[in-house]
Amino acid sequence: MNKTVNQKAWFLVLPVLVLVAFSAVIPLMTVVNYSVQDTFGNNVFFWNGIRWFEDMLASERMWNALGRQVVFSSIILAIEVPLGVFVALNMPKKGFWASFCLVLMSLPLLIPWNVVGTIWQIFGRVDIGLLGHTLDAIGIDYNYTQGFFAAWTTVIVMDVWHWTSLVALLAYAGLQSIPDAYYQAAKIDQASRWAVFRHIELPKMMGVLMIAILLRFMDSFMIYTEPFVVTGGGPGNATTFLSIDLVKMALGQFDLGPAAAFSLMYFLVILAVSWVFYTVMVNLDKREGR
Amino acid sequence: MADTTAAPGAASIPGDVSAARNRATTARRFRPNGSAIVMGLYLLFLMLPIYWLINMSLKTNTEILGTFSLWPRNLTFENYVTILTDASWYMGYVNSLIYVLMNTVISLAVALPAAYAFSRYSFVGDKHLFFWLLTNRMAPPAVFALPFFQLYSSVGLFDTHIAVALAHCLFNVPLAVWILEGFMRGVPKEIDETAYIDGYSFGRFFVKIFMPLIASGIGVAAFFCFMFSWVELLLSRTLTSVDAKPIAATMTRTVGAAGIDWGVLAAAGVLTIIPGALVIYFVRNYIAKGFALGRV
Repeated sequence: MNKTVNQKAWFLVLPVLVLVAFSAVIPLMTVVNYSVQDTFGNNVFFWNGIRWFEDMLASERMWNALGRQVVFSSIILAIEVPLGVFVALNMPKKGFWASFCLVLMSLPLLIPWNVVGTIWQIFGRVDIGLLGHTLDAIGIDYNYTQGFFAAWTTVIVMDVWHWTSLVALLAYAGLQSIPDAYYQAAKIDQASRWAVFRHIELPKMMGVLMIAILLRFMDSFMIYTEPFVVTGGGPGNATTFLSIDLVKMALGQFDLGPAAAFSLMYFLVILAVSWVFYTVMVNLDKREGR
Repeated sequence: MADTTAAPGAASIPGDVSAARNRATTARRFRPNGSAIVMGLYLLFLMLPIYWLINMSLKTNTEILGTFSLWPRNLTFENYVTILTDASWYMGYVNSLIYVLMNTVISLAVALPAAYAFSRYSFVGDKHLFFWLLTNRMAPPAVFALPFFQLYSSVGLFDTHIAVALAHCLFNVPLAVWILEGFMRGVPKEIDETAYIDGYSFGRFFVKIFMPLIASGIGVAAFFCFMFSWVELLLSRTLTSVDAKPIAATMTRTVGAAGIDWGVLAAAGVLTIIPGALVIYFVRNYIAKGFALGRV
């Protein structure tokens, strides 16, 4: 759509600016403030320069948490995106069953995150959980509070359970926007199922898939509540992701300076990756002439 | 069998047309079944943990810990009664609902004009502003937990509903702007122009004509604000202690000296699923469009 140039439009944006400035800029500046200062208590602060940043960059703890986080987010994306697309391809196209699937699939998305954790905590327990009990009965040694592998599997399966529907819903919306004529043309050309997917469905889904990947990347990179409830970051530090480590540092040990420096770098990583996705997304939008 | 008979001379046509047609019909007849199996398995995977939660909420603690049963042997609603009669429990739900509703109203009120501006006009810095808004959606709540705590404590808002509502604006306002902007783009600009020619003021046009046109968009945006405010825990837990404590944080109460009260914990979990399940029914046809930020 052609937009008119109108600088007065700033007035319409003003309320958002004020509100977001209050709830984002002020807190962020507090973080920046802490990241360059040190204290001996009693609210007396002194300038510390970039020492905290140097400390954090040298600290093994942060790199380990970042490493776990990257591995986690990559696994999540590698499972959820193809699975979501696959589910979307198999969804009923219209009628009662389509609504039925939509409602049931959206259900996990609307459960408070700590309840998601609780559900899987219960589900996976060997004594009272269906999953834990079944695995135990067929002789698999499964204990997500003790075993490294079990903890990771639980957290990953939980996230797949929680968020795959999001990818599926988006992919489904993309599929719905494909006119029937495209499929008829493909049929006349005797295109194989794979060719239909590769040359018709995938390109049409690209835009929404980018949004799905962007959202899944952001949210998995910020994940806190679910693994915290299920494993508490353990066993050891096996599932201590960035947010969990950060909260431990800031609210648990009250190491404000390092935690603030950590926060800023954490935020910058998310920002950088998201910017790349966003740019790709906007360019896709433009190419489709929207 | 009649329709499988080949047309006279069909066999002589290269490529055997009727055979190909037969194969096509069988494929068409069987494919939905394959899909049904896939969907069935996927939905089973989604529903099993939820079923287990409901199952546990209807059992007594002795049954949960003593026997392993796939369905409640001694059906009991005791766990639900515990929650619904104890003020410290059900006030958690009331608190959550209050700040969620406040957040939804605030987010929509500020996002509507902004989304209109983004969808209709170009102005200095609009693209940067739009991306900056998105960055707030990307900000990890963990980063903001401590500064929020200090900010709201210093202005005397700690442990109030409005504090949580404002804090959740951090990610809900950008989201609402995005979704509404997507929906508004679909409304032709000629409608605005005609209304102005007819002598409508901006305010009257916006409320009387424009908002009804994007009613579904407003509904979807409201739904998403509701949802993300409802599911968030880290900020709402950090910003409250007693008076505005959300249900999600109240649930940690079940961990007592005598171990975890599994039945009550499960019942509380089931009750948190219900509001979402209720609202989802109304937006089921728009939900994908909403997740796509109005861009499908």
